[in-house]
Amino acid sequence: MENLVQNIINALQWGSFYALIALGYTLVYGVLTLINFAHGDVFMVGAYIAFFSATFLLTTLGLPGWIALALCIPVTMILTAMVGVTLERIAYRPLRNKGAHRLYVVITALMCGLILEHANLAIFGASRKAFPQLIAEHVYTIGGVTFTNLKIAVIATAFLAFLFLHWMVTRTRVGMAMRAISYDKFAVPLLGIPLDRIIVVTFILGSGFAGLAGLLFAMSYPVLEPYMGALIGWKAFIAAVVGGIGDIRGAFLGGFLLGAVEIMVVAFFPSTFRDLIAFTVLLLILTWKPTGLFGIAKTTKI
Amino acid sequence: MSIPTEKRPVLEIRNLTQNFGGLRAVSDFNIQLMPGELSGLIGPNGAGKTTVFNLVSGFYQPSEGAILIDGVPTGGLKPHKVTALGVARTFQNIRLWNEMTVLDNIRVAQHYRLGYGFFHSAVRSKRYMRREAEIAREAAELLDIFHLTQYADEFPKNLPYGTQRKLEIARALSIHPKLLLLDEPAAGLNSSDIQELIRLIRWIHEMFAVTIWMIEHQMDVIMQLCTRIKVIDFGETIAEGNPEEICNHPAVITAYLGDDTI
Amino acid sequence: MLRRYSVHLSLATVGGLIVYLAHQEYISLYIMSVLMFMGVNIIMSTSLNLVNGYMGEFSCGHGGFMCVGAYVSSLLGVWLFAGDKVFGAPLLNPKYTLYAFPLLILVGGIAAALAGLLVAIPSYKTRGDYLAIITLASNYIIISVIENIGAIGGSRGFMGMKQLINAMGKSVDLPWMPIWVFLFTVFCIWLMRRYISSTFGKGVIAICQDEVAAEIMSVNTNKIKTITFMVSSGMAGIAGGLFAYILGYVNPGSFNILKSTEVLVMVYLGGMGSLSGSVLSAILFTILLELLRPLQIVKWIVIPLLLIILMQFRPEGIMGNRELGDIFPKLKKFYRFK
Ligand SMILES: Nc1ncnc2c1ncn2[C@@H]1O[C@H](COP(=O)(O)OP(=O)(O)OP(=O)(O)O)[C@@H](O)[C@H]1O
Ligand SMILES: [Mg+2]
Repeated sequence: MENLVQNIINALQWGSFYALIALGYTLVYGVLTLINFAHGDVFMVGAYIAFFSATFLLTTLGLPGWIALALCIPVTMILTAMVGVTLERIAYRPLRNKGAHRLYVVITALMCGLILEHANLAIFGASRKAFPQLIAEHVYTIGGVTFTNLKIAVIATAFLAFLFLHWMVTRTRVGMAMRAISYDKFAVPLLGIPLDRIIVVTFILGSGFAGLAGLLFAMSYPVLEPYMGALIGWKAFIAAVVGGIGDIRGAFLGGFLLGAVEIMVVAFFPSTFRDLIAFTVLLLILTWKPTGLFGIAKTTKI
Repeated sequence: MSIPTEKRPVLEIRNLTQNFGGLRAVSDFNIQLMPGELSGLIGPNGAGKTTVFNLVSGFYQPSEGAILIDGVPTGGLKPHKVTALGVARTFQNIRLWNEMTVLDNIRVAQHYRLGYGFFHSAVRSKRYMRREAEIAREAAELLDIFHLTQYADEFPKNLPYGTQRKLEIARALSIHPKLLLLDEPAAGLNSSDIQELIRLIRWIHEMFAVTIWMIEHQMDVIMQLCTRIKVIDFGETIAEGNPEEICNHPAVITAYLGDDTI
Repeated sequence: MLRRYSVHLSLATVGGLIVYLAHQEYISLYIMSVLMFMGVNIIMSTSLNLVNGYMGEFSCGHGGFMCVGAYVSSLLGVWLFAGDKVFGAPLLNPKYTLYAFPLLILVGGIAAALAGLLVAIPSYKTRGDYLAIITLASNYIIISVIENIGAIGGSRGFMGMKQLINAMGKSVDLPWMPIWVFLFTVFCIWLMRRYISSTFGKGVIAICQDEVAAEIMSVNTNKIKTITFMVSSGMAGIAGGLFAYILGYVNPGSFNILKSTEVLVMVYLGGMGSLSGSVLSAILFTILLELLRPLQIVKWIVIPLLLIILMQFRPEGIMGNRELGDIFPKLKKFYRFK
């Protein structure tokens, strides 16, 4: 029993990362039907930005940990969002305006991801970076179940992010325009909001939360390396699709589902089976529900 | 109970019903089309006409009821099998393969009687060579009688709209169907094109001796061509008869009231 | 008459020349291996183009099928013809290696084609991005299956294939690997071209352009999809088998998403729906990779950057969906490209 609760807490924490990243995929996909394959690497960049700003604030300025953290969050989110928007501006938008086949934009995204990874590798080298401790970790034990303040913070952040985005897309004008685009790209300019502005907002939100995920990830697993974003990114993408890509609820559900599957696999099997079983489960889900859990099958009208 | 062949309907639909979630798009639809008939299906927008055609061509499986092509029930068959039974159709919004030459558009429609598969195409067997030659010849002949030969190597997307409609009909006929379904063939055509279309359909009807069932909003097309017309509204059959009867049918007039096509 | 066979003749000449030069050691081993990888890349990019370009699906797990082919033909080859601590003494006399080798590669291809069913069957119901995920997941699944089989080396990899190459050289003293790579590359392109230019294979293009119309116009779309996915993944398997024997060593890590990405890049660089474009871009890409090798890690910044810039200027790839014959009509005298 305790074991189960323990595993659920671990699954929620692990799934939170997937959920936060999956969200960026889903937002961009919903608006542009673009699989932004650079997103995992944006998450990695976020973790590095968090690393440098945390080190700067802690060591160079000598600020106390909690102030550093409080500053680190917005700095990381803003800078990472800028990275995402830059990609959109210099790589995706020109292609889109030329009317290129959308798969060429996907390939461009893949290439951007490679550049981010290897530029990082070239600039900072292959050595891993150790993330400084910003706040002391407290371990609580209740009835045999242990958890830390950090774990709780990660899970809470993911849920808050979900509530915020849900509010955003259902209650604000920009958010509603974002949803409208996924139904009908041509109707949106009629709403009086320029398409490009909605797209920029989408990238700000997606990349910003990827940056937040990067910071939390770096705090939870304080070792950074340039390839850390690739695998997590691909998996988060798959999670987004299993949830039903384009749907925010789907991204969260898919993220937590993947986290749960992975934690459960590790609890019962050798850890090398993790990817194998996780991906097989996802494949089965997609075979059973081909458009994901929340996805709606597009009916072809003939 | 055996019906003599010459009297057997080409198409028989019994108690056909189709639900989409809560929406009943077609409800208790019945019809018998005899060989050589030229019949019409009309109704206001969203009445369920296209859905009936989709059901006949096997694109949807009916919620209830049965469809028989020349006495063969089509329940559970995939569309390409239904087509192979002798049902060809055109689409409300033209669905040609736009970046494939006009000739290839006709050739691909011969899949139902190709008579060879991957292996033959790889080794270029005798059978492959013979079949390809036959298909190419027949396709060229068909383009010829439709006066489309000059476009044989063009992409359909570059053809005038009226020609695309004609090509779509030619492609359907290349299947040598017993039953030809035309979904709004006059949509988007100007009045001179429409006159030509009427002549074309008449000519096809005689030349290919095919049973034709058509949906059309242009009443003069329907009135000039069809001997029997069925009217549906909200999935329900509301009238049936010859053009004159339909024109004066009170239920039809009510259904179309405010609709400027009549 | 001569014209009709000109392509065959020129192919034979090129092939013969390469073999002769390799045999006389006029070409260094390094250049030889680059040429062989070029052949492998050509097979990979043309076969992926079959699915992504001609059929209009988005498969991004082609590396997985390559992996299946590589492992199956390697394991089978080593089991039958080479001594190895996993399998013990060879089952058959190594002097037959030469004759069995093409079969080994083909068996790898068949195994990969069967693995292709993993993607083909879901494709009946799903299209587009959802299918893309299925291909991606298959790639991961295939690789982690192999990583988890300790007996064949797991993630450390598997070797012993060099013994077969040596055995072939002992039977007849020729540079066998270049010969096989050349022959299989020609075979794969030949097969695909015949498939895609037949009325049967045109069904693939019809599915790409309008699947609904294809099905209703009597194309058995499920059958065509199955065949196309199997041909495509089978050829990736052939490429994988050749790759394994060229290196003499395989490990699952070399068939990961990065490999699949490379192949994707080659396809889109060359142009979707153009076989000659895929061949051309595979050649260019291989050369580019080698030329930039001295840059080491920076290579992986420069190449993507070049590609991004290229795509800004030619958003439809080098060839678009045309073939060489459309660009240089004179070539058509010698060969029908479509
Ligand atoms: N695949 C589907 N899923 C859900 N509803 C559908 C589907 N296809 C059709 N419908 C609905 O069924 C009803 C009938 O549609 P149908 O296309 O058959 O009309 P129609 O008579 O052909 O109209 P029109 O003259 O405009 O072509 C419509 O309300 C339509 O929205
Ligand atoms: Mg209709």
